Amino acid sequence: MSIQEISLSGRKKVVSNKEMTFVERMYLIAIFKGLGITIKHFFRKKATIHYPEQVREFSPVYRGQHMLKRDEQGRENCTACGLCALSCPAEAITMVAAERKADEKHLYREEKYASIYEINMLRCIFCGLCEEACPKDAIYLTISKELVPASYNREDFIFGKDKLVMPLEMAVKNTQLKNAN
Amino acid sequence: MKVTIDGHEIEVEPGTTILQAARMIGGEVVPPAMCYHSKLKGSGGKCRCCLSEVSKGSEADPRPMPKLMASCVTGCMDGMEVKTKSSPRVQEAQKAVTEFLLINHPLDCPVCDQAGECDLQNLSFEHGKSESRFIEEKRTFEPEDIGPNIQLHMNRCILCYRCVMVADQITDDRVHGVMDRGDHSNISTCISHAIDNEFSGNMIDVCPVGALTDKTFRFKSRVWFNKPYDAHRDCPTCSGKTTVWMFGDEIQRVTGRKDEFHEVDEFICNSCRFDHKNVSDWIIEGPRVFEKDSVINQNNYTQKLEKVVINTEETILLGRVQDRIKLSMAEIDYNEKIDGNPLNSEKNG
Repeated sequence: MSIQEISLSGRKKVVSNKEMTFVERMYLIAIFKGLGITIKHFFRKKATIHYPEQVREFSPVYRGQHMLKRDEQGRENCTACGLCALSCPAEAITMVAAERKADEKHLYREEKYASIYEINMLRCIFCGLCEEACPKDAIYLTISKELVPASYNREDFIFGKDKLVMPLEMAVKNTQLKNAN
Repeated sequence: MKVTIDGHEIEVEPGTTILQAARMIGGEVVPPAMCYHSKLKGSGGKCRCCLSEVSKGSEADPRPMPKLMASCVTGCMDGMEVKTKSSPRVQEAQKAVTEFLLINHPLDCPVCDQAGECDLQNLSFEHGKSESRFIEEKRTFEPEDIGPNIQLHMNRCILCYRCVMVADQITDDRVHGVMDRGDHSNISTCISHAIDNEFSGNMIDVCPVGALTDKTFRFKSRVWFNKPYDAHRDCPTCSGKTTVWMFGDEIQRVTGRKDEFHEVDEFICNSCRFDHKNVSDWIIEGPRVFEKDSVINQNNYTQKLEKVVINTEETILLGRVQDRIKLSMAEIDYNEKIDGNPLNSEKNG
């Protein structure tokens, strides 16, 4: 078998070089054929949407920005155990632990807490492994459709506890909702 | 004396315990041990983790021992046959012992500084259940301050008595011990006495759980984020051979060097352990190697890399013979197109 005949993909076609007939040389039929394909697409479902008036449906497994949860009493769940940072494939998470003082018992759930907790949003790949590693139900990837805002400085993408911890009002509201049910 | 453990035969001295003989063989037959510490006299026999089945007492008396024996305190006899890993009875007993040890042990591994190098964590990972059947409240103790260097978490204690033996055998005077009885027994100093002996820090190293931890390292980092190095310094009181746990250029913790059974080879003094945290104090020898499955090896490249061998036809990676011929550029006829006809032939235009 010569190399001209081998088709590894099985899709190889030999182009014929035969002469065209008079009708074919007029190209009229070919033009209408092509036009037909074009017109058919007018009646098809459109692939585009009018963003931002219309928004696409999110996947049910969509993972948005992170949130560090508070428990029912508004105390932070995170104990800075470091398992999220260990599991993070992008090494986006860093933390510094501190010991809870006697008068901070309403702020943190365990005797150890994260005094600094930072996620580098430029490194984060939103894989959700931190959420799976967390033994304290502290870090969650929310379904928030808000994306990380654009900025000029790299430092702006390092989200600290001010941006990550669940707002206290939200924790209060959650508790009220839970009690109402 | 000849002893057979799980089918492995070994020649041992009289007076060797089954656990020591198993450790000489090494590998999977070594039963876990929480309270036994080879450098401490009189340790062992308390945690019951190392239970093993003696299927043949000795050459003179070949009857099997009716009950499972604690291998750390049972001496070897000539011709003894022991089953550890291979015996389902032992496996079940170890599961039960693990469950008992975990009854009062709090689930605070995320907070505990020992996590990652904890014997109880390893034990429960291997033998334990993923959930607890214990529904009663766990025993708890008031936190007690036992000095500026050592943090006591009595809730985590499994009462192995190792720290008591360290204080008895390494230091001159012991100021702490096990108080009360039964469920109330707890490690404590005699009426709020601070432990300040020069070698008291070794209690931290021998503690199999996180009951005694280093106050200077408290919550500073997790074990697996540190890079351990073997280091030594010229110390007037101890051998000065330690492992330093570094984070960047900072020495966060200094411990004794632990062997594969997590036992300290040489006890170090408190001044090495707590006061010398400058890199300039130490002569760093090299990275400390841990067993393969340890979490300390995370992000650590000290392990020996084994070459991957693909078992296949030897020549298959080399390709076809005709492809392996090296063509010189001069041999290529650029006048010939791929269809085999010369460039200027009629067909190619």
